[in-house]
Amino acid sequence: MTITETHAPNPAAGDADRPIGYGRIQRKEDPRFVRGKGHYVDDIVLPGMLHGAILRSPVAHARLVSIDTTRALAHPGVVAVITGKDLLGLKLAWAPTLSADVQAVLVTDKVRFQGQEVAFVIAEDRYAARDALELIDVDYDVLTPVIDARRALDPGAPVIRDEIEGRTDNHIFDWEAGNAAETDAVFATADVIVKQEIVYPRSHPAPMETCGAVADFEPIEGALTLYETSQAPHAHRTLFAIVSGIPEHKIRIVSPDIGGGFGNKVGIYPGYILAVVGSIVTGRPVKWVEDRSENLMSTSFARDYIMQGEIAATKDGKILAVRTNVLADHGAFNATAQPTKYPAGFFHIFTGSYDIQAAHCKVTGVYTNKAPGGVAYACSFRVTEAVLLIERLVDMLAHKLEVDPAELRLKNLIKPEQFPYKNKTGWEYDSGDYERALRLSMEIAGYDDLRREQKEKRARGELMGIGVSFFTETVGAGPRKHMDIVGLGMADGAELRIHPTGKAVVRISVQSQGQGHETTFAQIVAEEIGIPPEDIDVVHGDTDQTPFGLGTYGSRSTPVSGAAVALVARKVREKAKFIAAAMLETRPEDLEWEKGRWFVKGDPSVGKTIAEIAMGAHGTVALPEGIDGNLDAEVTYDPPNLTFPFGAYICVVDVDPGTGHVKVRRFIAVDDCGTRINPMIIEGQVHGGLTDGVGMALMQFIGFDEAGNNLGGSFMDYLIPTAMEVPNWETGFTVTPSPHHPIGAKGVGESATVGSPPAILNAVVDALSPLGVTHMDIPCTPARVWAAMQGRATPPI
Amino acid sequence: MQIPAQFDYVRASTIEDALAQLELHGPESRVVAGGHSLLPMMKLRLARPEWLIDINDLYELDFILPEATQLRIGALTRHSTLLESADVARLFPIVIDAERVIADPIVRNRGTIGGSLCQADPAEDLATVCDVLRAQAVVRGPAGERILSMDEFHKGPYETAVAQNELLVEIRFPIRPRSGSAYEKVERRVGDWAVVAAGAAVSLAEDGSVDDVAIGLTAVGLDGTIAEAEAVLRGRQPSQALFEEAGRLAALASLPVADQRGPVDYKRHLADELTRRVLRRACARALETQTTTTQEG
Repeated sequence: MTITETHAPNPAAGDADRPIGYGRIQRKEDPRFVRGKGHYVDDIVLPGMLHGAILRSPVAHARLVSIDTTRALAHPGVVAVITGKDLLGLKLAWAPTLSADVQAVLVTDKVRFQGQEVAFVIAEDRYAARDALELIDVDYDVLTPVIDARRALDPGAPVIRDEIEGRTDNHIFDWEAGNAAETDAVFATADVIVKQEIVYPRSHPAPMETCGAVADFEPIEGALTLYETSQAPHAHRTLFAIVSGIPEHKIRIVSPDIGGGFGNKVGIYPGYILAVVGSIVTGRPVKWVEDRSENLMSTSFARDYIMQGEIAATKDGKILAVRTNVLADHGAFNATAQPTKYPAGFFHIFTGSYDIQAAHCKVTGVYTNKAPGGVAYACSFRVTEAVLLIERLVDMLAHKLEVDPAELRLKNLIKPEQFPYKNKTGWEYDSGDYERALRLSMEIAGYDDLRREQKEKRARGELMGIGVSFFTETVGAGPRKHMDIVGLGMADGAELRIHPTGKAVVRISVQSQGQGHETTFAQIVAEEIGIPPEDIDVVHGDTDQTPFGLGTYGSRSTPVSGAAVALVARKVREKAKFIAAAMLETRPEDLEWEKGRWFVKGDPSVGKTIAEIAMGAHGTVALPEGIDGNLDAEVTYDPPNLTFPFGAYICVVDVDPGTGHVKVRRFIAVDDCGTRINPMIIEGQVHGGLTDGVGMALMQFIGFDEAGNNLGGSFMDYLIPTAMEVPNWETGFTVTPSPHHPIGAKGVGESATVGSPPAILNAVVDALSPLGVTHMDIPCTPARVWAAMQGRATPPI
Repeated sequence: MQIPAQFDYVRASTIEDALAQLELHGPESRVVAGGHSLLPMMKLRLARPEWLIDINDLYELDFILPEATQLRIGALTRHSTLLESADVARLFPIVIDAERVIADPIVRNRGTIGGSLCQADPAEDLATVCDVLRAQAVVRGPAGERILSMDEFHKGPYETAVAQNELLVEIRFPIRPRSGSAYEKVERRVGDWAVVAAGAAVSLAEDGSVDDVAIGLTAVGLDGTIAEAEAVLRGRQPSQALFEEAGRLAALASLPVADQRGPVDYKRHLADELTRRVLRRACARALETQTTTTQEG
């Protein structure tokens, strides 16, 4: 790993060797993880607990004729079998999705994708439950499925959602952003236009821990405790209250340690609801944990965008406009998770990092006979798709104009003095110094030397490619006036308590799935009130223990909850001033703050530390009017805008001319996520995201055959990159703080996943360009690369 | 967690005990060694044996024994043991080439050569390796031992000549002078099954011409080696032109099917490309051993 630290020192960082506040400290959560003492949903064992297993449909589209559960019920250990018919009686057969649609909990009328939930067996152990699935006799009347999204709107296409009254087609929505007329006018007079269909095929987040739940319904109190793999416990609590009718104050959601989410654990899956129903029906706790194939085949997928992109420019390389028409495959139920007003997520940031005069997009969502979902896998609400589109188009434009792709980007990047920058589709980019990041990336890469090496290799017939991508993220959703999920504003709370001895507990509404919240948020509090991170406990994941908020996804934890934590700490600090003044028998305005301590201006030896003030607050100090006897505070943070992290990535690949095999030789990632809290955690997030990018660019793909069979239903078929496929990551960074965030942080969780696939793809296409290749779609498997080399590149779907 | 159907389990203590257990439990019993093919199939419920007979205590089947004319390898020898063996590397570099691309270290630490051959997956790398090395399989049953050529051993996908009441106990690779061998595989990702792979073994006459050659392909629907491609080389001085001709004929002989790993034309192209590559490397290695022998002599 190469780390290049070339930014100006962060004055808040303090002592780099032992930071109180920001800096490279080891993660507080790691002692339990490295000892194997993490505590996940599947580790939970409750007295009398039963186990559930889901029978799933083997076919993609079929009328349900009958279900016979007699033999399953007779199987030793089986306690109950629940079918769609049972759920109809409870009014729970259908549940609302996060996109104003409904999804079947268990099939009542018709199967709509392979792997859909058909019945739920509850048994004394999970072996009996699994064995009993084979004893349920289901009769399906198989229907023609709609698999190709391009055919979903054909007249006469089978209507997937025929249960919705008046439905005669598979159309979900049309959504537009930007100005079509203005954009068309610019295109009409542009010197150069490049046009390309760019496909981002279906992939899956595939977290190491699959989804699962343990439901414990206590009938006397009418109270539900639900342990589940959730990235958003509070939002889940509200939704469970609405769906189940159990009052919200009687529901407690606990998300213990979560083994990776990446967006896969935002939605509420039928399995969670079935565990709850199972517990209500049997009067005992019920555990349900899906297996790997269930996770890959039925839970939220990602991407599946077919994008027709066009870019217009002057002949000397000034980019003028971009437009695109997108066909979005949402599967059988519209269950994507994104702010209500944005059915295509934040895709309309497809103008990227460039100063462009006009832009327009139209996105059409359709139903197909595939698993539902679509916004997942660290995509920042579809910024991933947007970045692939614009970065591929810019590269193609460079090729057409015969200019270096890095030079073309440098010429068109938004300039530092243009921030805050309003783009043509409604975003206001908060801050950036794009050229500095790209130049640093080129410097680390030795860009000119790489191009020289490439020239020599090409002369020898070797296929070496250099790919550049520049991305701007839009994260930290989001301002309540614009953004909600099922009516819940996207704000987050934080509560901070300083105990009498000066130790602290901070309670947050977001839920870590591996991001290191217990460390990062402790560091923010440490920085603000000057006590060491090890003295600060971060509590999260339990709705009875934490304030309300919308959870962790879309790289929103640091931009939103990080701000809440900084502000709550400042509130405590301010309160501490009044108490310190009382203790020192002086006026608050005569005090001055240094890290961890209020002291008398002009007499630094007279002061009180936070610990002394906490003891004072809880002790016998006579408190000023209006100050109560504690050192606690709470806030709810409503972000004024999103934050816009960015980065410049360069990838070097070698392609075997005889086999089409791609080797990623080098990858240089320069990220700017604003103020950096713990550089080690940031680098870890970047490394993981870059590895995701290698997966998406080279191998990850959920395909379907014509019958709708999922061809990516196990790790034999759905390939995840290993250490062998990734190079030694070379990371660097610049720091451009966010002007509206209390500490200037922007978030980084998804940056690398968003930014890396186009860098790799651009490198592959660059490698193949001597053969006349101008575009191919991911994944760049050996067979697909070889086809492109023969001039026969095809879209993956 | 993926859960297999119910089964019973017994641990064999000797070869005789294993054979007796197979006899006792009959057709619904399966031998488990490394378990890295059988157990996933059981978890997916594609295989549902009623009895597993664990032979991991049969240490007498875990050996690599060089003799004057052959290298004997016990059926329970782990992939990682083969990969680390200096004798194997010296005599049969193709085995090292192949072992490097078989699955990953975790699988190689458990998986065995005997298990790989008996599983007889059509994309099994070691099947091609054994074919081109003209290996012999030693199979023991109630009636004693029989020695099979690879042609006799392989019966098609997932099928071998090892009867239900028999155990593969040993593989033998004949040692030839002035020989070299090589294997190359194209895979979508490390640890994946081959898209296509090729193996070749050559032995040279004293004048440097090809005395004998064997060419095999993995995952393209072929059993055994490719006689028509081999015939091109036999008795002639190795050359790039001959490698190309052999590659062309190997591709012609191949019977690939399209799947997630690639279409037919690509696989056929790989059959050609990889055949040329392994022939080139096998011949170069044979020349190296010849030079070494001469120098030593």
